[in-house]
Amino acid sequence: MIGVLARLGAAVLGSLANIGRIAIFAGETVSHLARPPFYTREFLQALVQIGWLSLPVVGLTALFTGGALALQIYAGGARFNAEAVVPSIVAIGMVRELGPVLGGLMVAARVASSIAAEIGTMKVTEQIDALVTLSTNPMKYLTLPRVLAATLAVPVLVAVGDSIGILGGWIVGVTRLDFNSATYLRNTVDFLETWDVASGLVKGAVFGFLVALMGCYHGMQSGRGAQGVGRATKSAVVAASVLILAANYILTELFFSA
Amino acid sequence: MITLTDVHKAFGPNHVLRGVNLEVPTGTSCVIIGGSGTGKSVLLKCVLGLVTPDSGTITVDDVPVQDGDRDAFLARFGMLFQGGALFDSLPVWQNVAFRLMRGALKRPKAEAREIAIEKLRRVGLSPDVAEKFPAELSGGMQKRVSLARAIAAEPEIIFFDEPTTGLDPIMSGVINDLIREIVTEMGATAMTITHDMTSVRAIADQVAMLHGGKIRWVGPVGQLDESGDAYVDQFIHGRPEGPIETLR
Repeated sequence: MIGVLARLGAAVLGSLANIGRIAIFAGETVSHLARPPFYTREFLQALVQIGWLSLPVVGLTALFTGGALALQIYAGGARFNAEAVVPSIVAIGMVRELGPVLGGLMVAARVASSIAAEIGTMKVTEQIDALVTLSTNPMKYLTLPRVLAATLAVPVLVAVGDSIGILGGWIVGVTRLDFNSATYLRNTVDFLETWDVASGLVKGAVFGFLVALMGCYHGMQSGRGAQGVGRATKSAVVAASVLILAANYILTELFFSA
Repeated sequence: MITLTDVHKAFGPNHVLRGVNLEVPTGTSCVIIGGSGTGKSVLLKCVLGLVTPDSGTITVDDVPVQDGDRDAFLARFGMLFQGGALFDSLPVWQNVAFRLMRGALKRPKAEAREIAIEKLRRVGLSPDVAEKFPAELSGGMQKRVSLARAIAAEPEIIFFDEPTTGLDPIMSGVINDLIREIVTEMGATAMTITHDMTSVRAIADQVAMLHGGKIRWVGPVGQLDESGDAYVDQFIHGRPEGPIETLR
């Protein structure tokens, strides 16, 4: 019994220590925003890697999700003779929830893994140590540009994903569900409120921050060799995904609870 | 002068350094020899502050390494890492000129590139290597690029971690001469880790042997063959029999 309690205690303490380490890492990253130098070239490269190159995967995910959502809402709405709600529910569902969450998860899969693998490899091949000996702070050079780029790029990706998701719903609505194109679009616009869209973009910024932070943190903590880098990559994706879903619930409570 | 006094470092149960005492006078070349896994690289990293010792003191010119402005401290150092540690995402010349394109030593891009190409030439690499990426080079070429990076900003103190490993004998000779030249012409202080006894004799003013977490023997390179220490004798002659266990 005592052995079980000891193991449980050790696990809880380990988790708390991990949370503390991540919080310190996040605080240190943000603190570098106010302390020069700032590596603009690395920031722009990260912006392209995280933002521009994630567009196809986020766009495709949103397109198919919007289409599937239209089909589901139509089928569900038909039970209450409420098929007409398809455009508004697709729009609200996309911009408030599915756009940011699915966009965030897709970016987590693509970006957190690549950041963790890149920084992890740099760590095991002593490139991080080399940076230090060249008077370059790895947090400034590697972490801050990526975290900042993701925080700024993911809301843009979410906005694009929202639009493409609504487009997916419109395509299915018009071609498969016999909606009138103009009516579908008017219903979409009429029912959407500014805060619906803005809340999704704020979520996107938070998710972007979490994704890049997890990639950088687990990369920096990477163990030795290929196995260590592999483990860091896996941990980064898992942690980023879970944190996105948890943060989504917390933000939804904050934004929309009665 | 670099001074290490009673430096200890353990990684979990592995007590790597068990009270290292060593003095490296300014403008001299000290070569550290010792078996694989005896903590030679850890020793250099302790001086640079990349690894924090558990106890003991390390000073450079009587100033503890953990005190003062870290950037200013590191600006005095150049380091050649064992595996090269080149940045994959940058072309060779930007690796070499890394320090010259950022921070206090920043200068115009064209000038930094020119210096990088000159340093590449000094380590026996032609200018057409400059635009390549590290992954396009052989291991030996990567090592030489890393050496060029270590000396690019002409630091006062340079650490070389196995500078000739992976190089052919001719190129090893070129690198040995270069290290010697850096010490004698630039007046730099050098600490080198190597297992290559030809390099030891070519580079060193002073040789220190690390064994069992301590400096086992230290003395001028001229006395290496008459050290009277069974461990040093076994190591420098590469004998399997002797006090150093081959099963580690």
